[in-house]
Amino acid sequence: MKLIARTLVLSAVTLAASAAFAQTQPVIGLITKTDTNPFFVKMKEGAEAEAKKAGAKLLTAAGKQDGDTAGQIAAIENMVSAGAKTILITSSGDAIIPTVKKVQAKGVQVIALDSPFDGADALFATDNYKAGVLIGQYAKAALGGRPAVIATLDLFPGHPVGAQRHNGFMKGFGLAAADAKSNELSKDASIVCMADSFGDAAKGQTGMENCLQKNPNINLVYTINEPAAAGAFNALKKAGKEKGVTIVSVDGGCQGIRDTAAGIITATSQQYPLKMASMGVAAGVEYAKTGKKASGYVDTGVTLIAGKALAGVDSKDTKVGTDLCWGNK
Amino acid sequence: MSTPSRQIPWGALGPWIALLAASTFFATQSDRFLTGENLSLVLQQVMVVGVLAIGQTLIILTAGIDLSCGMVMALGSMVVTKLAVENGLHPMLAMLCGLLVTSGFGLINGLLVTRARLPSFIVTLGTMNIAFAVTQIYSKSQTVSNLPAALTNIGNTFTLGGTEISWGTILMVALYVGVWRWLNDTSPGRHIYAVGNSPEAARLTGIPVERVLVGVYVLAGLCYGLASLLSIARTGVGDPQAGQTENLDTITAVVLGGTSLFGGRGIILGSLVGAVIVGVFRNGLTLMGVASVVQTLITGVLVILAVLADQMSRKGAR
Repeated sequence: MKLIARTLVLSAVTLAASAAFAQTQPVIGLITKTDTNPFFVKMKEGAEAEAKKAGAKLLTAAGKQDGDTAGQIAAIENMVSAGAKTILITSSGDAIIPTVKKVQAKGVQVIALDSPFDGADALFATDNYKAGVLIGQYAKAALGGRPAVIATLDLFPGHPVGAQRHNGFMKGFGLAAADAKSNELSKDASIVCMADSFGDAAKGQTGMENCLQKNPNINLVYTINEPAAAGAFNALKKAGKEKGVTIVSVDGGCQGIRDTAAGIITATSQQYPLKMASMGVAAGVEYAKTGKKASGYVDTGVTLIAGKALAGVDSKDTKVGTDLCWGNK
Repeated sequence: MSTPSRQIPWGALGPWIALLAASTFFATQSDRFLTGENLSLVLQQVMVVGVLAIGQTLIILTAGIDLSCGMVMALGSMVVTKLAVENGLHPMLAMLCGLLVTSGFGLINGLLVTRARLPSFIVTLGTMNIAFAVTQIYSKSQTVSNLPAALTNIGNTFTLGGTEISWGTILMVALYVGVWRWLNDTSPGRHIYAVGNSPEAARLTGIPVERVLVGVYVLAGLCYGLASLLSIARTGVGDPQAGQTENLDTITAVVLGGTSLFGGRGIILGSLVGAVIVGVFRNGLTLMGVASVVQTLITGVLVILAVLADQMSRKGAR
């Protein structure tokens, strides 16, 4: 009896203490698309570091795979019931929007990181269209007036980031393309082949092999990200065509930068997941302290990293890229 | 005693007809399609799914199903590449360890299905998640690159009549032919069909049903290990994200190949044809410049047609 009573008192005290603590310490939730992709691993690290510095409590969760909106919805609900007043989320799809609206009505601030969706209080992300424009401009200079025979290894149908990078690349290259709002991949006669890579090396390789079958004279390859670029290079190498083909990409992961230094990727647009996350946590702390929500779109920046600098194109070398890259250095 | 495996049901011709029709169509659409180089590529692109599908076919022949195959393969490829690159183990030993791990997963699946009498769907749903998680924890979700040549040699090609053929596709075809003969010509092979047809009848005729089942799952695990070696050789890296779509792709290949999901009926070579059909559509539609969603659409239609054909031939057999 005595023991039970003591346990009860103890738990009551602990509960009260943690409740009191929770009121002073801002609780921030970070929900990523997956917790296995190095991009999101880096994002989580950035958020954890910032939260530690600011004395905030960080909750993290992720979908099981890209597109797992049900998992993300459950995570939003769980985090809000755990006391989170700010949710940072890399949306896996628009199915999360109704839940976001619901928790916003309860006074929760919801910030989109990396992937935009309607109704977020603010968006901290790479300008993916600009990322495409930069590598498009570089590719134009790299070809130096030679007629372009282009293959694009895209993400998968209907994804806004895939369309923005693709269309931005075309724009930068000087081709007619849709603007940043379009969800559709623009086409041009000089793009002789378009294949979906799902951002994956093996599927990128398959796509490139098939494209080379369609047109063996491809001399410029746009890829959605660096794993796809590595796959494309693999296919070109197996076909004995790796020399003289320009491969451009987007991401700036450490492996991608190594590939750029090794000449596998000609140039890549580097983005900054760590910055997205740390800015998100800072906004969450600000909201907890002052009640002021973040708003609008904040560009977290993108830098063109190239193995070789070209006249008329502003780029940084791979050393700079390595300093700023995400993933295992 | 009738031997259903020896009868060639009309359904068994279906996949070959579909492959022929698709190839004829693509040949009229692109003059590059029928080149040896292009066809060799299609085979290289399907070799991983193809070898995985051997294991899947064996399990489906026993009226089971394996949802864990892609994840077990990914784990195998991480074990092999990490041991060889980061622990400096001899590549041959590393490959052996990979095969042991994937066969071990097969053994766990088999024991849970037979000893604990759990449905294979549930068991492999569980081991799928376990294998995925172990892969991510073990590899810290990091790709392993800079592999020793011994790990990628099987992805190399040799020239035959002007066409470059990959050793990996030769291995795949050899495995298919070997397993096909084994299933038809040996008593352990025939036992698999018998167990799939009716475990009760098989038991009454003295077939050690549980041993056959455990053996099938271990063999399937071995196939997934071989598939992981092919995957490593093809991409040149150990990829912890591999295998996620391959899980269902193998079932697609088996079903397109005319093997009955109810067990006991099917010809293993059909699964190879099923895998090739998917590859032919992906390749042919890219050559035509058609969006990839169309390929997904066509695959879906073909899967349903294949199952319908199986159902109808079952009714006809009654």
